[in-house]
Amino acid sequence: MTETTNSYDMPDERGHFGPYGGLFIAETLIPAVEELDEAYQKYMTDPEFMAELDKDFQHYVGRPSPLYHAERWTRELGGAQIYLKREDLNHTGAHKINNTIGQILLAKRMGKKRIIAETGAGQHGVATATVCARLGLECVVYMGAVDVVRQKLNVYRMQLLGAKVVAVESGSKTLKDALNEAIRDWVTNVDTTFYIIGTAAGPAPYPAMVRDFQSIIGREAKQQCLAQAGKLPDALLACIGGGSNAIGLFYPFIDDADVRMIGVEAAGDGIETGRHSAPLCAGRPGILHGNRTYLMEGDDGEIIETHSISAGLDYPGVGPEHAWLKDIGRAEYVSITDDEAVEGFHALTKMEGIIPALESSHAMAYTLKLAPTMKQDEILIVNLSGRGDKDMHTMAEREGIKI
Amino acid sequence: MSRLASTFAEFKQSGHKALIPFITAGDPSREFTVPMMHAMVEAGADIIELGVPFSDPMADGPVIQRASERALAHKMSLRHTLEVVSEFRSSNQNTPVVLMGYANPIEAMGYENFAQAAENAGVDGVLTVDLPPEEASECATLLKAHNIDQIFLLAPNSNIDRIKKMDALGSGFLYYVSVKGVTGAGHLDTGDVKRKLTDIRANTQLPVGIGFGIKDAETAKVIANLGDAVVVGSALISKIEENLDSPEQAKQEITELLKSMRLAMDSQG
Repeated sequence: MTETTNSYDMPDERGHFGPYGGLFIAETLIPAVEELDEAYQKYMTDPEFMAELDKDFQHYVGRPSPLYHAERWTRELGGAQIYLKREDLNHTGAHKINNTIGQILLAKRMGKKRIIAETGAGQHGVATATVCARLGLECVVYMGAVDVVRQKLNVYRMQLLGAKVVAVESGSKTLKDALNEAIRDWVTNVDTTFYIIGTAAGPAPYPAMVRDFQSIIGREAKQQCLAQAGKLPDALLACIGGGSNAIGLFYPFIDDADVRMIGVEAAGDGIETGRHSAPLCAGRPGILHGNRTYLMEGDDGEIIETHSISAGLDYPGVGPEHAWLKDIGRAEYVSITDDEAVEGFHALTKMEGIIPALESSHAMAYTLKLAPTMKQDEILIVNLSGRGDKDMHTMAEREGIKI
Repeated sequence: MSRLASTFAEFKQSGHKALIPFITAGDPSREFTVPMMHAMVEAGADIIELGVPFSDPMADGPVIQRASERALAHKMSLRHTLEVVSEFRSSNQNTPVVLMGYANPIEAMGYENFAQAAENAGVDGVLTVDLPPEEASECATLLKAHNIDQIFLLAPNSNIDRIKKMDALGSGFLYYVSVKGVTGAGHLDTGDVKRKLTDIRANTQLPVGIGFGIKDAETAKVIANLGDAVVVGSALISKIEENLDSPEQAKQEITELLKSMRLAMDSQG
């Protein structure tokens, strides 16, 4: 008999992670997600598709990304051996392309000619515009008007790549509103359009599909850690907005019960101020954007405005699998304020000569707290999910420097 | 029999086609809604659809999005919407009221609490845009226990299997979304609607309401010929938006539009 009780097998066939996930969308979109689910189920076990994906990962994205032993930072903090999973070295500068490469290959096989996406910091928008340019597909990216201003550089990058960037003026004008607008576009153009969702959230099969494409991060990290250190890591650390880089790192380790998994949410001005983006730490379960998950909401179920220094974490929900991993106690979720994230940003930049994205800086900031509490023979893998070039403007402004 | 079911049964006998206006509760103000509901009944509305304001109305076009924003600006909520229905019911026990909105406000209130409160308020049907049959069975069962119909949306791309699913789980009526798109979209093709209705009729005995993209008396008349009910929303809410400084004017223009629709729908013999 095979022992299966301890092996993790979420989601169920209807996309549920316990009570989370699911298919909370308008009827018009049901045929679209059914078609997508069929393609996803078919191609994820198709050797030819997987070979093409591997080839693109290797030659276009630049995988495997290094697992870098940050020795100076390790010595400085005096605790765990810190290893950085260098997703910042991927083409386009973040982990986002692992997913867009996968979804665009699906779109191609499904014969879809028009691609839409939402973006917060612009990294997913850039990663989508990039793969569309490569395949010559029409690309429309929805971005909150507030984010368009704070991420000008990425807007220009998307435009250079041939994408049309639509500034969304409704609601809070940030990532959640970009998602609303992308969903409206999808409903209207459902026959021709493939929606590349950027994080491990949304209606089934997106949370599982995005996780599967991103789990290349964890598979590589596991192999690299075994090769370099001869054992599994003791803890994994990643920042969480929607949570795709975190689930990508965590997923291949879920059945390794001794490996701690820690997700870092954005506490913005501080959880106690209410101005944050930390639904797992301070929200409650609800339904938004196609899935049930932890949300930031008011008493009457209205979604409340979020805040984070990093546009990529500025979202009131989180991927449903994280909601489940929290409830079953398999992963821990903590939060880091804007100020602490800035500290993390400077720490990595000065100690290792690597400028992290403000999103990833949340994980760096928690490293400053966690590593010293761990033993020197323990291993901490931190996902460096993106590079900080896009944040030069935000950082300079914050520190009163004109560039 | 629910108030919706008996209303439609009666109309079937007489050949009357139902006119269902939609407004968002609390738009432009909470005081506006109940008198507007009564005025719409006087103008010929048979059933009233009341939008529950939500912060992220993903299936709605700009007109209804802004209605939601205006209502939320003065803290209109699901609780307050139920109070509005209650107030309407105190002087109208006949006209069915259907709530239309999104799942999260109901989820936040709790399904059992909501079903009970909705029954107490006098709600007859609930239409939740982002609660397709896959996720709706818990809610539908609770609503049924409280004598409230769960109304499902059918889309142009819903296949026969889905029509059967909605027929099995839904009650009151089915709402056919006549275009692929958001509310207030402008490209309704009556030929397409006619073809789709043949499929729908073949697979359900439930009455069929048709909405999305119906803006004037002429379209209302054509659509009334195809379905059992005509739903009009964005065209009414536009009147509110055009007259934000004069709610009385908005009320008058809405009643006029409804009267013209009623007249056109009734004049087809």
